[in-house]
Amino acid sequence: MENVLLKNINNPGGHTLKNYLAGGGYEALKKTFKVTPDDIIQTMKDSHLRGRGGAGFPAGLKWSFIPKDPTVDKYVCCNADEGEPGTFKDRGIIEYDPHLLIEGMIIAGYAIGAATSYIYIRGEFEFGAKRLEAAIAEAYDKGYLGKDILGSGFTHDMYVHRGFGAYICGEETALLESIEGYRGQPKKKPPFPALSGLYSKPTIINNVETLACVPPIIAKGVEWFTSMGPEKSPGPKIFCVSGHVEKPGLYELPMGTTLREIIFDHCGGIKDGKNFKAVIPGGVSAPLFKEDNLDISMDFDSVMAAGSMLGSGAVIVMDETTCMVKSAYIVNRFFSHESCGKCTPCREGTIWATKVLRRIEYGAGRPDDIELLESICDKIFGRTFCALGDGAVMALRAFINNFREEFKYHIENKKCMVQA
Amino acid sequence: MLTDKTLEEIERIKKKYPNTKSACMEALQAAQREKGHVTECDMRAVAEALDIEPVEVQEVGGFYTMYNVEKPKGRHHVQVCRNLSCSLLGAEHIILAIEQELGIKTGETTEDDRITLSTAECLGSCGTAPMMQINDEFHEDLTVDKVSDILKGLK
Repeated sequence: MENVLLKNINNPGGHTLKNYLAGGGYEALKKTFKVTPDDIIQTMKDSHLRGRGGAGFPAGLKWSFIPKDPTVDKYVCCNADEGEPGTFKDRGIIEYDPHLLIEGMIIAGYAIGAATSYIYIRGEFEFGAKRLEAAIAEAYDKGYLGKDILGSGFTHDMYVHRGFGAYICGEETALLESIEGYRGQPKKKPPFPALSGLYSKPTIINNVETLACVPPIIAKGVEWFTSMGPEKSPGPKIFCVSGHVEKPGLYELPMGTTLREIIFDHCGGIKDGKNFKAVIPGGVSAPLFKEDNLDISMDFDSVMAAGSMLGSGAVIVMDETTCMVKSAYIVNRFFSHESCGKCTPCREGTIWATKVLRRIEYGAGRPDDIELLESICDKIFGRTFCALGDGAVMALRAFINNFREEFKYHIENKKCMVQA
Repeated sequence: MLTDKTLEEIERIKKKYPNTKSACMEALQAAQREKGHVTECDMRAVAEALDIEPVEVQEVGGFYTMYNVEKPKGRHHVQVCRNLSCSLLGAEHIILAIEQELGIKTGETTEDDRITLSTAECLGSCGTAPMMQINDEFHEDLTVDKVSDILKGLK
């Protein structure tokens, strides 16, 4: 399959406007200006493009929720706060093809009637932020941004907003709070951002990969997009593969490729000839799978039906030497570190669970610690504003349910069942 | 006190937003670039430049982990990712090797203020794990030998 989203991943000069234009860049924008905003929203609906940030919400539907009133300011926000552990795809697009994202955002702005957009990029991506700022400056210089773009009468300004260390800002309401200069803490929904978002104005928030899909959908047509993958979640998908595989990295594949194909065909199998043990299919919030689930189709609905999440497409592979107690501890420690502190069950619960996991890992586990962990999970799940606490619980439950014997062994024998 | 350069930068940042409060995050980032950390005094100066209350800047400084509030760092801030993908590929060995090479523990700074060692959660570089960030730069596909060479190159 030809790379579209990662076209320039091996092309060191690919990020420039000159290169982007040579590859047919900004042609989708020209096409966009020939039709109405409603036509663009309809095209997005027809494409069945679903949000690549993790939730899989239909992008066209999201855009259609924006009120049509032309007297109300509206905003486009790009979520480039890529922080779900295991995920590094948005960074690939931003660093190697920033204009693909920028063009997608201008089209989104035209579709909903927004004159301003912000790209919220995580603070650690210094290189990516500079790339984006340079690309935005190029776009202004050649008239793809600013007043009366390409003589269309449409005006759009775009800015980069840099985060500064907070996983929670990947949650959309926290992201908006952060742009407004507050602590990044999620807010209760409704109201949804489509009605009351940035500065209480109608706002769409889309992931980098989602917005990068927009120009090729317009340029190549809906049929091109829907020709790949399952009917209800079509298109190309970037899988971020890390952990114990021979060839980790980014892979642009049709939605619905199986985990077995990703790990064994594309990534060369398990590193150093060892045996497979488990895989997290969509970033550390997603419940892990064992070998019996390797043949499921990697699309939103199939992964959910199997009890996990496609999430951001971050595939983390663990071989037979991996200690599951230690892995669960590392994952849970992350969630306790990143809990924003707003909701007590998440703030206190993730710290408590981390403490318990730590003592099991270091040989001081108590006989009823597994039950204690399960009870902590029950008291967090469904009792928080955002999904961070739920993600921590789903991940931890999967570790325990799939590898209960290993947890028991660790508690009873004060050491690992596996030999690293 | 902020330098004139930082104050000019803050004026530029303010233009991106419909109100000055939104500029708070990046203004405080600009202030931190001066010496690698920010003080209470810096935060008051940022508040003044943005015409907002000092507490509004302090709450941002206290929430986001990359602000080093009243915590001076060495000239080189080495942050090793300790999340799952990096751990699977030996992040612990990398951290241990750095501690041994520098004679400090994680969270400490060498006596000559050359290097501060920290751990970080996922930095989005999992396909090239293990990895670390030194100031603004990523160093990927690390091995113990490679890390030793990188540390020796930090002046």
